[in-house]
Amino acid sequence: MASRVFKPFSSKSAVVCRNLGKVWGEGTPRAQEALRDIDLDIAPGEFVVLLGPSGCGKSTLLFLLAGLERATSGHCWFFGDLVDNPSPERSLIFQETSLFPWLRVWQNVSFGLSIRGLGVAERREIARQALQRVGLAEAFGKRPDELSGGMRQRVAVARALAMRPKVLLMDEPFAALDVQTRTKMQDFLGDVWSQSGASVLFVTHHIEEAVALADRVVVFTARPGRIKTIIPVDLPRPRDLFSPGAELLRRDLTQSLREEVDRAFAEQEALAS
Amino acid sequence: MAEARTEAAPVATDLRQWQGSVPWWSAICRLAPRIVWTVVSIGLFAGIWEICWALGWADPKLLPPPHVFLGAISDQAKFFNTVSRWQVGAGQAEPPPPALAVVYTVLATTGRVFVGLLIASILAISTGIAIRYFTLFERLTLPTIILLAPVSPIAWLPVAIFLFGIGNKPAIFMVVIALLFHMVLATINQIDNVNRNFLNVARTMGATKRQVYFHVIIPAILPQLFIVLRFNLFGAWMVVLVAEATGVGYGLGQVIMLGRNTFNPSLVFFTIVLIGVLGGSFDWLMRMVQRKVLYWVPHEAGTLRGL
Repeated sequence: MASRVFKPFSSKSAVVCRNLGKVWGEGTPRAQEALRDIDLDIAPGEFVVLLGPSGCGKSTLLFLLAGLERATSGHCWFFGDLVDNPSPERSLIFQETSLFPWLRVWQNVSFGLSIRGLGVAERREIARQALQRVGLAEAFGKRPDELSGGMRQRVAVARALAMRPKVLLMDEPFAALDVQTRTKMQDFLGDVWSQSGASVLFVTHHIEEAVALADRVVVFTARPGRIKTIIPVDLPRPRDLFSPGAELLRRDLTQSLREEVDRAFAEQEALAS
Repeated sequence: MAEARTEAAPVATDLRQWQGSVPWWSAICRLAPRIVWTVVSIGLFAGIWEICWALGWADPKLLPPPHVFLGAISDQAKFFNTVSRWQVGAGQAEPPPPALAVVYTVLATTGRVFVGLLIASILAISTGIAIRYFTLFERLTLPTIILLAPVSPIAWLPVAIFLFGIGNKPAIFMVVIALLFHMVLATINQIDNVNRNFLNVARTMGATKRQVYFHVIIPAILPQLFIVLRFNLFGAWMVVLVAEATGVGYGLGQVIMLGRNTFNPSLVFFTIVLIGVLGGSFDWLMRMVQRKVLYWVPHEAGTLRGL
């Protein structure tokens, strides 16, 4: 199938999307268009934040890139290969905790390795290293329910890192955390990302997260999700969230997002009346 | 699973050292309120009954109060010799002593309950998983299973006798057939309710369909299935009594029937108490097993309090 699809670009980009679209329940009376005409290139090692109002299809885009769902139009490529199946090289991290409660932390982290049939000693070693990278070496033998929400998300990141992903797809990973923990987690993620060299696609509706983390911010329109604008961010790292540049970015993003949220609300009201 | 257990072992010892050893009397102190409330609950029920008897409202010939039917245990025990009629182990000519007869009868009924429950759960869980795993299997079997699920166990009784005559087999068959279809449907329901994130994580990690089933779906459905199993233990006790009472074998059901036929309410109530104690104890036992085996399930989850 891959050979029949025209490749109009070099395979240097980590992720390429062309005309990507998704209609849920296509062909049924309840069909809902989630995404339309997404064209997006993501460089290796780039940190891209997808920002948009709730329900605008940002998460759908991640599911398409992860290979968990199929696009209804267009295609996406991963280092030049057509995405048609899930792969550990494109790890998805979810909003809610997705650790298996019946496994110890280290067994969770090395889950993908046991799927590949690696031996116990090797798995323990890789899990130990991955946990060290997220600063949770002491949680090795604990059970997920013994950890706090923030620690669990760090374990989820460690689980993804253990598979040496080239792209981390993060679906509002810190949305369920309190504000202080979330700020901490942003710092942590910045460190992990710069060490790992992987690209990150980070979905959020929090402007602060975009300001703190992004190389580029992709702002989505309300449903159906299209790319409204792409804002490059060249603020130095580690980010000073109170610098004039950050303030300016915050204002741009707020403005851009508010238009879409207003539009989404107006549509809902029109539907209701 | 076995592999996972051995891997977890050193951690478990760490945890125990960390918590320090728990003295046996602290466990008793912790359990004391529950034991007291159990005694109070039973005492209240028996007390009301005794008062009704004392006031003359309850005819002791029809509703003998607890002190009457429990006081006559040694007297009642001889009726448990239904066992000798079916020639099990004990000498055929002379029946076993009364106390032993009670033990034989209880063991026979309990054995049927557990063998039936075991067969039913193994069949039901594997069928349920196969239904979701193989679409063709689902199309071939699920409609029939749904049609058979509402059939009362009573309707299967003649079938049990046609197929297996009398003895252990028809009673076990009754337990299995009464539980099987519901447990298949419960298993399917559990599979459908597995957290989607778990499945997506496993698929992202490159798990095949088989691996998703064995590494994710089966461990994820175990806790709820164990609870289903616990509730079905009660169901099994009910059905086995019906099966025994209607003549497919000796056992507690036969004793109840004997009580009915000889107009002996004391015997009936005594047997009811026996069944209650047995069923309750086994439920407690299974909860203990659940805590040990399904250690990740919070013990108090699902208790609604504080409204």
